[in-house]
Amino acid sequence: MKALALAIVVLVGGLLVSATVDFPDWADPNSPASRHVSPRYIEKTMEETSVPNIVTAVLADYRGYDTMFETAVVFTAGVACFLLLRRREPRPGPSRVYRHRATGVIVEMNRVPDKEPSPDVFKRIDDDWTPHDLIVMNVCRLLIPFIQLFALYVIAHGHHSPGGGFQGGVILGASVILMALSWDLRTAMLRMKETATGLMSAMGVFIYAGVGALALALGGNFLDYAALSPLLRVDPVAARSLGIFFVEVGVGLAVMATMVLIYKNLASEGRLDQGL
Amino acid sequence: MIWQIDLAVLLLVVICAVGALAVKDLMGAAILFGAYSFLMCILWAVMGAVDVAFTEASVGAGVSTVFFVAAVFRTSRRTKD
Repeated sequence: MKALALAIVVLVGGLLVSATVDFPDWADPNSPASRHVSPRYIEKTMEETSVPNIVTAVLADYRGYDTMFETAVVFTAGVACFLLLRRREPRPGPSRVYRHRATGVIVEMNRVPDKEPSPDVFKRIDDDWTPHDLIVMNVCRLLIPFIQLFALYVIAHGHHSPGGGFQGGVILGASVILMALSWDLRTAMLRMKETATGLMSAMGVFIYAGVGALALALGGNFLDYAALSPLLRVDPVAARSLGIFFVEVGVGLAVMATMVLIYKNLASEGRLDQGL
Repeated sequence: MIWQIDLAVLLLVVICAVGALAVKDLMGAAILFGAYSFLMCILWAVMGAVDVAFTEASVGAGVSTVFFVAAVFRTSRRTKD
């Protein structure tokens, strides 16, 4: 069976490699793809949208409808993970592990305490993750604000440099995941609760579709940001640039919240109490 | 595009892909897959698709590796086949 699978893989791989011979040369100006629609974008993007990064303009303006459903796909992935993994019942085995903050002594309890001990004295830690690394925790604590600032820059500066909602959103989500990795899941959950992740991922898609619907309400086509110009009190070209920014913010929100949602459910088997 | 660097990166991509399929340790496979994503990111950047390279670096090499590691942490580390 394995030999058959290998034979099929080699055969199909060989076919694919032989098919690449028919491809146009790399960066060939006469290839079909660069004769049709690409010159239009390269020549007109700057004067129509005043966005120097053509990729961002194509992604969020000319092909904005596609990107809206890409965001919806990300949201759907998060909802699917939530529905598949989230469990309400607590984990089996009632033992709780605490670390005494002042001395670092680990205390294990055989039953769930009736009253949680004061978090200033005893810090609850995961029962399968006892090591406590001061350097890792504090280096990550110092790094996380800069990572988040960079993520905001990536979202807001996507017009001029590589980046945009997807990349910035992933970096923002990664900063929360880094907090969960270096501290613990409960600390990250305090900063970003489950309802917040759920609401924000839905809100991101809503912002994107809402900007489109607003353009529709103001007399333009769906996602035609130029129609927003009377509302924003700018000329239509600047309105398109600003419209791209609004939808990028929506994409960033949805992607960040979804990444955090998926990570929390994966790492804690859907119980959201302790995890990696 | 310098063809020697290109060839070296492409070779490493193939090695990482085969390695990620071949190793028995799923944690190793996850890390190899992250390395594969990062090499693909270098390839995108070399070809001038900087936005795609950025996405590949953040999504492929960053967050999806963490997801794989989290999934391995909660399931089993060794494959059955």
